[in-house]
Amino acid sequence: MSRAPLALRIARKLGGALVTLWLLVTLCFALLHAAPGGPFDTEKLAPPAVQAQLAARYRLDRPLVAQYAAYLADVARGDLGPSFQYPDFTVNELIAGGLPVSAALGGAALLLALVLGVPLGVAAAAREGSRLDRALMFVGAASQAVPKFVIAPLLILVFAVELRWLPAGGWTGEWRYGVLPVVALMLPNLAWCARLTRTSMCEALGSEWLRAARARGYGELRLLVVHALPAAVLPLAAWLSPALIAVITGSAVIEYIFGIPGMGRYFVQGALNRDYTLVLGVVLVAGALVIAVNLLVDALRERLDPRLRTA
Amino acid sequence: MPLPHLALLSLFALLPSATAARELVRGNGPEPATLDAHRCQEVVCGNILRDLYEGLVTEDAHGAIVPGAAQSWSVSTDGREWRFRLRDELLWSNGEALTANDFVASFRRALDPATAAPVAALLRPIANAPAVMRGEAPPESLGVAAPDASTVVIRLDEPVALLDRLTFPIAFPVYLPAVAQFGAQHTRPGRLVGNGAYRLDAWTPQAAVVLTKNTQFHSAASVAVERVRFAVTEDAASELKRFQAGDLHLTETVPPRPLAALRAEFGDALKVSPYLGSFWLGMNLTRPPLRDNPALRSALSLAIDRDIVTRYVTGFGEEPAYGVVPAGARDYAPYRPASASLTQAQREALARERYAAAGYSAQRPLAIELRYNTSTLHRRLALAVAAMWRQVLGVRATLRNEEWKVFVQNRRARAITQVFRGGWIADVNDPLDFLATFSGADNPLNTTGYADAEFDAQLMRAARLPQGAERTALLARAEARLVDADAVIPLYFYTSKHLVVRDVEGFEANALDHHATRWLRWREGAAR
Repeated sequence: MSRAPLALRIARKLGGALVTLWLLVTLCFALLHAAPGGPFDTEKLAPPAVQAQLAARYRLDRPLVAQYAAYLADVARGDLGPSFQYPDFTVNELIAGGLPVSAALGGAALLLALVLGVPLGVAAAAREGSRLDRALMFVGAASQAVPKFVIAPLLILVFAVELRWLPAGGWTGEWRYGVLPVVALMLPNLAWCARLTRTSMCEALGSEWLRAARARGYGELRLLVVHALPAAVLPLAAWLSPALIAVITGSAVIEYIFGIPGMGRYFVQGALNRDYTLVLGVVLVAGALVIAVNLLVDALRERLDPRLRTA
Repeated sequence: MPLPHLALLSLFALLPSATAARELVRGNGPEPATLDAHRCQEVVCGNILRDLYEGLVTEDAHGAIVPGAAQSWSVSTDGREWRFRLRDELLWSNGEALTANDFVASFRRALDPATAAPVAALLRPIANAPAVMRGEAPPESLGVAAPDASTVVIRLDEPVALLDRLTFPIAFPVYLPAVAQFGAQHTRPGRLVGNGAYRLDAWTPQAAVVLTKNTQFHSAASVAVERVRFAVTEDAASELKRFQAGDLHLTETVPPRPLAALRAEFGDALKVSPYLGSFWLGMNLTRPPLRDNPALRSALSLAIDRDIVTRYVTGFGEEPAYGVVPAGARDYAPYRPASASLTQAQREALARERYAAAGYSAQRPLAIELRYNTSTLHRRLALAVAAMWRQVLGVRATLRNEEWKVFVQNRRARAITQVFRGGWIADVNDPLDFLATFSGADNPLNTTGYADAEFDAQLMRAARLPQGAERTALLARAEARLVDADAVIPLYFYTSKHLVVRDVEGFEANALDHHATRWLRWREGAAR
């Protein structure tokens, strides 16, 4: 099969991405408005004149279809609207404030997980069945199994409350405030990364072509790094896309426990407050990120794996 | 006290805070919804706004009303006209003069429906306010005037207690040129202009609001804390750890733990005091089986052992409640029904009698639903109450938890509820505030559907009286009517709880739990 020109392929992918985003926003819009209770449903209900003002300001007095059309028109202009719950800010501002924090912490966590996890996985595979291997895999399984809401308070207890090396939470932008959240975000990823690397390394090391290479008398290190590793990173690349999306859009749990002003908590808070525009905004941005990351990782895998190129 | 705890406590005293010098760090709960004084309706924004602004009058550390922007005031003999004399040379935080006209314009903005102030009703007693709030009269027709640059005159429709209401953000002066220029975004650092002890320095949503001392404030010389950070602390358990780690000087709350254990660990850093809030179980009086069934309602109320509830379920020194208005309400002796002086055994015997009189028995038990909004404490309370009902009466209770927005809607609709979590935290220190939640069939706050013309009339009359013996007596009679009709199951009165490091002084208990930073100071010789 001959390949379409590059421009056409890009246009096709972008078109598909836009349709996906539109479907996502539409579904989300419908679900939000179907949920019982509205953004201004509070215990101490505002006077009717105030409610009418608020409804007009947020277009809630219009038919749902008109609200939907107006929202799409705003989004097309890049305006995600004012937040219902935090009226002093627009959703654009809230996301612009939260996403970089989430992305920085998540990116650091994932990078660390890769930098530490791959060598650990390689080391474990090189000594398959050894004590080192078993110990690494046990620690890996454990840190994957223990949920973040257990790890995070534990880290705080040890490193902030007892040792007082680091702050227990909060955010001023200083690096010290990021250390524990990054560690908490990294641990489960590190475990994944190490286990994935080990499994695919073991597979590669047992393969015929590697035995052939060994027969040629190559050194053990060269076998591991130059021959086995490139083949073993393929599953890692597949894992990278969901992992990257999960960490950069923020973890609501980690942000809640550490008091980090990231984007993750807006998913939960926005939904609970029926902050329609905030939820739609974060869903839209996260959706766009998912698509972008998937496209990038696909491209990366194509480069790494010649078998995918003609697909 | 075990040695490690002692060591930990002494560390609090010795170690300087991990944050910048002289910055006081306060836990403040969730992210403030707004810093627009007129649009604030929550505790969180109120805490910050009381530092950024000052009304005509204000509260001291103990909650007593003291001069604010006004140095003195007088009220006419009929109680309908209040004259406030402003302090000399009042300034906004940007150095411009703050005059009586600014107050007048701010009151107009607060009540203008275009502002959409959720708690505008607090200012309803001002002459012509209802018509302005409905949009039927222009804001200029409001009964507030400035006969000269340093006098504010407020006329009232009825001679009600006004001063408490003026301490609320809705009555703060807002700098209108910034509102005109920046709209909803006038509340940003560099734009927000206030008249309080502090000015806005930084606001990072979901992290913190940072204020620094306002040198233009009339009493700036007496403001001891130079800089204050209101940290977002959504999770009480995390907040406690931040306090233990020395990152916070003052917490918004304390997570539910046994009080004795907290006392042992924190000693006098733990501050627990009565709070003007009342927790009750509401009963839907518009539907069977509770409608027209006072005997059954009384049985359900008597069967609950409030001492067990407050000692083992809530456990924070809460006071068992038999009425609706808490003890901290100003100039008021809360009503105690006859059953309050019985022993629990006597109450339970009475409960069984009334349960039987209502036509229920072991063979024909009552099946009832207890609904609450999702929270660990509410679940524990509901479990305890259901167990007590079962043990004493044999009632089969179904527990049902709902997410807040859904719960609020269902409770207000009165269509599917039976027994549900209810309660009230006072806006103003006035017993009427609590009782009014049971008045009027079309009142959205009246979730029980209590409909008693005599009760409504008593409240209506009290609302038109100035503070004094007559008003108090009337409110007491109304509360007695409500409680004796068993329209509600009072459970307990709230307490406020904070942790305050020993280096901070001036933190005083008060019924509304208001703690403006200007009253706090560093302990002499404390490491800052």
